[in-house]
Amino acid sequence: MGYADIFLKAIFVENMIFAYFLGMCSYLAVSKTVKTGMGLGLAVIFVLGITVPINYLLENYVLKEGALDWLDTSFATLDLSFLSFIMFIAVIASMVQLVEMIVEKFAPALYGALGIFLPLIAVNCSILGGALFMQERQYANIGEATIFGLGSGVGWWLAIVAIAAIREKIRYSHVPEPLRGLGITFIITGLMGIAFMSFMGI
Amino acid sequence: MSTEAPVVEEKKVKAPSEPLFSKKNRKLLSDPMDDQNPITVQVLGICSALAITVQVKQAVVMSLSVLAVMVFGNMIISLMRNMIPDRIRIIVQLVVVASLVILVDQVLKAFAFEVSQALSVFVGLIITNCIIMGRLEAFALGNKVWPSVLDGLGNAAAYGVILILVSVVRELFGSGKLFGFELFGNATEGTGLYAIGYMNNNLMILPPMALITVGVIIWIQRSRNRKLIEEN
Repeated sequence: MGYADIFLKAIFVENMIFAYFLGMCSYLAVSKTVKTGMGLGLAVIFVLGITVPINYLLENYVLKEGALDWLDTSFATLDLSFLSFIMFIAVIASMVQLVEMIVEKFAPALYGALGIFLPLIAVNCSILGGALFMQERQYANIGEATIFGLGSGVGWWLAIVAIAAIREKIRYSHVPEPLRGLGITFIITGLMGIAFMSFMGI
Repeated sequence: MSTEAPVVEEKKVKAPSEPLFSKKNRKLLSDPMDDQNPITVQVLGICSALAITVQVKQAVVMSLSVLAVMVFGNMIISLMRNMIPDRIRIIVQLVVVASLVILVDQVLKAFAFEVSQALSVFVGLIITNCIIMGRLEAFALGNKVWPSVLDGLGNAAAYGVILILVSVVRELFGSGKLFGFELFGNATEGTGLYAIGYMNNNLMILPPMALITVGVIIWIQRSRNRKLIEEN
C-alpha cells in the first residue's frame, strides 16, 4: 500500500468518528464552537502523529512474539502482547504530559491555543484506538504507521470542525425541544456518517 | 442535666451504622437509570456504546466487561483515595483500570474467544472509556468504598441497558435475529415473514444507524422527562 493510500483511507473511509466512533465523548463535549473544536482537533492530530509511531516501535521491538530477539536469542519465543494495553496507555499518558511541557517551553503561542486541550487528550479513545488499530493491522514499517496516525488525526479534526460549524448554525433553527443539544447532534453525526460512507470503495 | 447525657451518647453510637441499602445508597443505584444516565445525560462512554451494538450477544458481553471493570475500579480507587497524590491521579487511575481490563481481556480470550475476536479493539478501549474515568474522578475519589461500589454498579448497569436496547433494535431490524435466532424466518431461503415480502433493513447494520438510534432514545427519554431538556 502506498503512503497516499493509507493517508486517504484513514481520513475518509476509516474515519475515527464516522466509522468507529472513537473519541466521541470529547467530540460531543467540545464541539459547541468552531474555535474550540479546531483547537482540540489540532491537538489530536499532533498527539496521534507522535504516539502511533512510538507505539509501533514498542510493539515491534518489545511486545510482539519474538520481538525481543534483538536483545538475546533466548527471548525469541517470548510473547508480551498481553501487556500491550498498559504499555500503550502509559506511553500515551506520558507523551501527552511531555508534549504539553515541550510545547509550553518552546512554542508558547501554540500552547496558548492548545493549552487546556492537551491534558484532555490522554483519555481520548481515538488515541488509544489509533495505537490498537495499528497493532491489529500490522503496518509494514514506521513510515506507514506515522502516516496512518496523522491521517486518523486529520479525519478526527475534519469531523469535529464540521459538526461544530453545523452546531453553531443550528442554534437558529427550530429543533423539537427534547431533541435540542445532544439528541440532534447524534442524529446529525449519523447523517454525516452516511454521507462519509460514499467514500467506501475508493 | 442527668437525663440529657445518655441521649447524646446514644446518638454517637448510632450515627456510623447506616443501613447497607439506605435511601441515599438506593439513589446511587437508581439515579443513573434516568436522571443521571451515563450515556444520554452525562454523555460518557459513547465510543464503545455505538461500535459494538450490531449484535445483542456482543453488547451483553461488553456490558458485563464494563460492569466488572467499573465495580472493581471504583472499589480500588476508593480504597486508595487518601493515598493518591493529586497531581498524578490520572496516571494512577489509568494503571488500575488498564490492569483490570487486561484481566477481562484474558478471561474473554480464554472462555469466549469468538466474541473477543468480534469485539476487536473495543475491549482494550474500555481503558479510555470515559464512563469509567468519569466516575472514578467524580465519585470514587471522594467517597467511601460501599457507595463507590454501588455507584459503579448503577452506572455500569444503566450503560448496559442502553447498549442492549440499541443492539436489540439494530439486530432485530438489521438482520432479523435476536441472539442469533432467526425470528422472522430465513432471509436467504425466503421462509416465514420473508415469504410475504418482508425485507431486512440493511442500513441498520451500518455504523451511522447506531448514532441515530441513540439520538431517538434521547428524544424519547427527554420528552418523558422534560427537566433534562437543554437550551440549545
